[in-house]
Amino acid sequence: MLSKDDVKKIADLAKLQLSEEEIEKFLPQLQQILDNAKMLDEVDTEGVEPIAQITGIDNMVYEDIMASENLGSKLLEQSPQPIERNMIKVSNIL
Amino acid sequence: MLHLSIKQTQEALRQKQFTATELTQAYLDRIAQTDEKLNAFVTVTADLALEQAKKADEKANFSGLLSGIPMNLKDVVCTDGIRTTASSKMLENFVPPYNAHLYDRLLDAGAILLGKTNTDEFTMGSSSENSYFGTSRNPWNLDYVPGGSSGGPAASVAGDQSIFSIGTDTGGSIRQPSSLCSIVGLKVTYGRVPRHGCIPYASSFDTGGPMTKTVEDAALVLQTIAGQSEKDATTVDTPVPDYSQFLKTDLTGMKLGLPKEYFGEGVEKEVVDTVMAGVEVLKQLGAEIVEVSLPLTKYAIPTYYLLVKSESSSNLSRYDGVKYGHASDQAKDLEEIYLKSRSEGFGDEVKRTIMIGTYALSAGYYDAFYLKAAKVRALMKREFETVFKTCDALITPTSPTLPFKIGEKADDPLSMYMSDILTTPINLAGICAMSVPAGFSQNGLPIGMQIIANQFEEGKLFHVGHAFEQATEWHKKRPIF
Repeated sequence: MLSKDDVKKIADLAKLQLSEEEIEKFLPQLQQILDNAKMLDEVDTEGVEPIAQITGIDNMVYEDIMASENLGSKLLEQSPQPIERNMIKVSNIL
Repeated sequence: MLHLSIKQTQEALRQKQFTATELTQAYLDRIAQTDEKLNAFVTVTADLALEQAKKADEKANFSGLLSGIPMNLKDVVCTDGIRTTASSKMLENFVPPYNAHLYDRLLDAGAILLGKTNTDEFTMGSSSENSYFGTSRNPWNLDYVPGGSSGGPAASVAGDQSIFSIGTDTGGSIRQPSSLCSIVGLKVTYGRVPRHGCIPYASSFDTGGPMTKTVEDAALVLQTIAGQSEKDATTVDTPVPDYSQFLKTDLTGMKLGLPKEYFGEGVEKEVVDTVMAGVEVLKQLGAEIVEVSLPLTKYAIPTYYLLVKSESSSNLSRYDGVKYGHASDQAKDLEEIYLKSRSEGFGDEVKRTIMIGTYALSAGYYDAFYLKAAKVRALMKREFETVFKTCDALITPTSPTLPFKIGEKADDPLSMYMSDILTTPINLAGICAMSVPAGFSQNGLPIGMQIIANQFEEGKLFHVGHAFEQATEWHKKRPIF
């Protein structure tokens, strides 16, 4: 069973800050979804290789050619934080 | 002119029955008149559309695959200089610096962009109710959901606001709304269409594809956007066939399987009866019908959400209030920028998704949840491969239920996930499927039929779908709202 502390811990790992009401709301929903997932225990997966790339392609290799497109300044403009000397300035870490 | 297919519209443009500008203006007027009811559009790009139309008229050459054809894009397809929101507060003011590769291909073919359409936030949902910009409505009955996540695209095509749209499908997000709104929706084989510039949900599942009024139009749009891209390393070099050659009306020699699990528990009787009536039509067209079994179907939903939500929790870590998107003005240090920007920017379903994914990937639970699901996924792919040794394609319902009322499932996430029970297996196996209009319920709500084929066999979907469409009238019915 999930506890409120579990939900807080998951939220912390996921960098989310949840209000008390959100924790109250999400706890039974997450519990129900994870309980439902337990049904996969019924499937025998002994010796089965897990799959993540579904069409079976391997590494794709391309020529390493510099593109003319210069997105640098356009990408920097996207930041909601202040820009200084072509860098994003963030708040103190400590 | 607004009820015409792509093919018919192009014919009219070539014969100068109307100009691209007149056509585009007519669609913009239609959007202005009807979108208060449907809420299909997040952004209308009227100036751009008229500018593109003017250029098309000046060129006066409508020989391109989509020359002069007004369309819209689900608001997760990035458009250079045009706001792209994923229907999230997180990206409310996000203006991409480049185009998705598939949008560039559409522009090269001559398409005209009318705007960007609504979706469940970050495509997470089956009703479009999870949109930050409010739910879209079903043109067949405005009290009902249009499905999701591509609810805006589906409502806009069914409501004659655009000739076609591009949606995305991670677990049914093109097919289920197409079914609920009585249009054609194609989920392509994973890697058939470049995902570059499409805001991701789950990268090993996501696909972009056409939502159209006819099967022929779907083939035409896929012809435009399919093929390997140097901007997406998961696209393959399998040649793109000429899809028009598959548009036949005779099904002699085709062997179609009915997987019994798709007609069983949890699938409404009216849906089953309607699809079985469709199967009867296919039989009359010459197809051989056989019953098959896919016993792992009942495990699709948990397998799907464990994997998709795991991938998503990782994908969405990019939204940090630093690089782009929403930033909290309440944050005092870097940690708070992350925490508060994300907590303010994401809605409930996105938060649930991130939490489930984080849990399934966390130490101590990874083997039991993520890895277990990745193994079941391998078994499901094998199960489909076996069935396709004996069948050309499969026929099933698309949605297990009729369209549901707005608000009906809003507080019950698991019940909402179950809406995708017949569509998620296709994404798990990376194969292709298409929903086509197959009839209506007694109270006038649409029912779609799903055609499923093996990887890179979209041609078979067009063959079966076109033959069915030519033999039926369902696709000709238009909603009055």
